[in-house]
Amino acid sequence: MTRTIARLALAAAGLALLPGLAQAQKNAPHNDIAAQAEQVFRSSFRADNPKYWMTRLDQDEAMRLCSQYRDNPPPKMRAQIEKAQMATIRYPVEGKLIGDWKEGEKLAAVGTGGHIGFIQPDPPGRLRGGNCYACHQLAKKEVAYGTIGPSLQHFGKLRGNSDEIIKYTYDKIYNSNAFSACTNMPRFGLHSWLTPEQISHIVAFLVDPESPVNKD
Amino acid sequence: MHSIVQAALAAATVGLAGAALAQGSTMDEIAKYREMLADGNPAELLEAKGEELWKKARGPKNASLEQCDMGLGPGKLEGAYAQLPRYFADTKKVMDAESRVVHCMVSLQGFTQEEATKNWFSKPGRDSDIEALVTYIGARSNGEKINVPARHPEEARMAKIGEHIFYRRSGPQDFSCAICHGQEGKRIRLQELGNLTTQAGAGTAMGNWPSYRVSQGAVWTMQRRLIDCMRQARWPEPKYLSDSVIALEVFLQKTASGTVMQTPGIKR
Ligand code: HEC
Ligand code: HEC
Repeated sequence: MTRTIARLALAAAGLALLPGLAQAQKNAPHNDIAAQAEQVFRSSFRADNPKYWMTRLDQDEAMRLCSQYRDNPPPKMRAQIEKAQMATIRYPVEGKLIGDWKEGEKLAAVGTGGHIGFIQPDPPGRLRGGNCYACHQLAKKEVAYGTIGPSLQHFGKLRGNSDEIIKYTYDKIYNSNAFSACTNMPRFGLHSWLTPEQISHIVAFLVDPESPVNKD
Repeated sequence: MHSIVQAALAAATVGLAGAALAQGSTMDEIAKYREMLADGNPAELLEAKGEELWKKARGPKNASLEQCDMGLGPGKLEGAYAQLPRYFADTKKVMDAESRVVHCMVSLQGFTQEEATKNWFSKPGRDSDIEALVTYIGARSNGEKINVPARHPEEARMAKIGEHIFYRRSGPQDFSCAICHGQEGKRIRLQELGNLTTQAGAGTAMGNWPSYRVSQGAVWTMQRRLIDCMRQARWPEPKYLSDSVIALEVFLQKTASGTVMQTPGIKR
C-alpha cells in the first residue's frame, strides 16, 4: 500500500519533470532506470537541433551492449560483437591497403572536425583527422601525446610490414571493435569518419619503414 | 596595484591561450602560470561582482537575492554549494546551484526564465551575471566537504540516471564520459583526465568549480564544463540546466562526497 503511494508520488514527480513524456510513461509503468535515463537524456536537447545532430545520440547494437555492460561484456557476447563488427569492414576500391605515410602523418595529428552545437561548432568543411595522438604515442618528435591507448612508437619496426600486419592495421583502424569489443578506440571506418583511402595512408604512417614512427 | 596584476594577467592569458594551450603546451608553463596567480585568481574579481549582484535590488520586482533558498534556508549560503544538487520541495525538482539561482531570479526578482539565462556564460565583451553569482555562491563553500548523499528518492533516481549517462556510448567517435574519465592516470594529448568513478578522482574534478580557465580567459561553471565535454564527445549540446547535466552532477557529487572544496579554482 505505502509502496503504491510512493510509486504514484514518484510517477507524479516524474511526470512533472518530463511533461513531454507523459504518454511514454503511461505506456510503460514499470520503466526501469535505464529506460528513464534514456528519456531524460533524449529530452535534454533543444527542439531546433538539426535532425542529423540528434542521430548522433542513436546507438547501434555494439554501443548499446557496451554501455549496458560498462565496456566489459561477458566472453560469449564479446565474441559475437567482434564477429559482427568484423563483417562491416570495407576496403579501398583499388584494393591497396597501404598508401602514403606523409598523408597519414598529417591525418594522425589532426584533432579537429566534427564538433557540432550552437556554442563552439567547427566551421563547415573543417578537416577531420584521426586524432591518433589524443590517445597514442607515435612519432618520437611529437611529445604531446595521450595515454588512453598503448604507445605505437616503432609499430612497424616491431611488427614488420607483412601483408597480414598491413591488413590487421587497416582493419583495426577501420573497426577497432572487430578485435576488442567495447575498446575505447573509435571505429573510424564504420562511422565514415575516415575514408578507406585515408585509412590506407595512416596504415603507411604506422608500418612504412621510412615513416617517422619507425625511423627515429 | 590591482590593475598591475590585471595587466600581467591579461598578457599571460594572451600568451598562453589559444592553439598552443589547446594542444596542451608543457606542464611547466601551467605551473609557472599558477605560481604567478597564487595571490590573485581573476575569479576573485568575479566573486566580488557576484556578491554585489546577490545583494542588489534588481528585476521587475526590484528585489535582491538575499532571501534565495539555496537548500539550507533563505539567505543561508555557507556550505550550500557543497550540498548541491539536491531535491527542492517547492519546485519538486532536483536542482543544481545554477538552476536554483535562476529559479530565484525568476521567483524573487521577477525576471523571465529567458532573461535570466540569456547570458548564462560569458564571451569576450559579454559578461554573465550567472557566472558571477555562482562563483560567489561556490566560494561560500570553500573549505567545506562535498556532501551529496542522494538519499531522497528523486536524488537517488537522478544519481542513477547520471551514472547511466556516464557510461552511455554514442556518436561518430563511440565516446562516453567513461572512455575519457573512467581510468586512473590517463591523459588525452597532455591533459590529465582523472578517474571520476573514484572518490578522490571525482573530488579533484568537482571541488574546484567554478574555476577560472586559463585557456579560455574566463570563469566556467560546472554546467559549462559538462556541456563542453559533451561537445568534445561530438554530441549535440544539451540545453542549459537540462536534467541530464544535473543528473551527471548528482552522480559525480555523490561520488566526490567527503572531499574538500577549494573554490574558486584555476584550471588549464
Ligand atoms: C580515444 C582513444 C583512441 C584514439 C583516438 C585512437 N586509439 Fe588506437 N587504441 C586505443 C586503445 C584504448 C587501444 C587498445 C585497445 C584496443 O586494442 O582496442 C588502441 C589500439 C590501437 C591499435 C592496436 C595496437 C596493437 O598493439 O595491436 C592500433 C594499431 C591503433 N590503436 C591505431 C590507432 C590509430 C592509427 C589511430 C588514429 C586514426 C587511433 N588508434 C586512435 C585508443 C585510441
Ligand atoms: C574525449 C574525451 C572526453 C570526454 C568524452 C569527456 N570529457 Fe570531461 N574532460 C575532458 C578534458 C580534456 C577535460 C579537461 C582537462 C583539462 O583541461 O586538463 C575534461 C574535464 C572534465 C571535468 C573537470 C575535471 C577537472 O579536473 O576539473 C569534468 C567534471 C568532466 N570532464 C566530466 C565529464 C563528463 C560527465 C563527461 C560525459 C558527459 C565527459 N567529461 C566527457 C575530456 C573528455
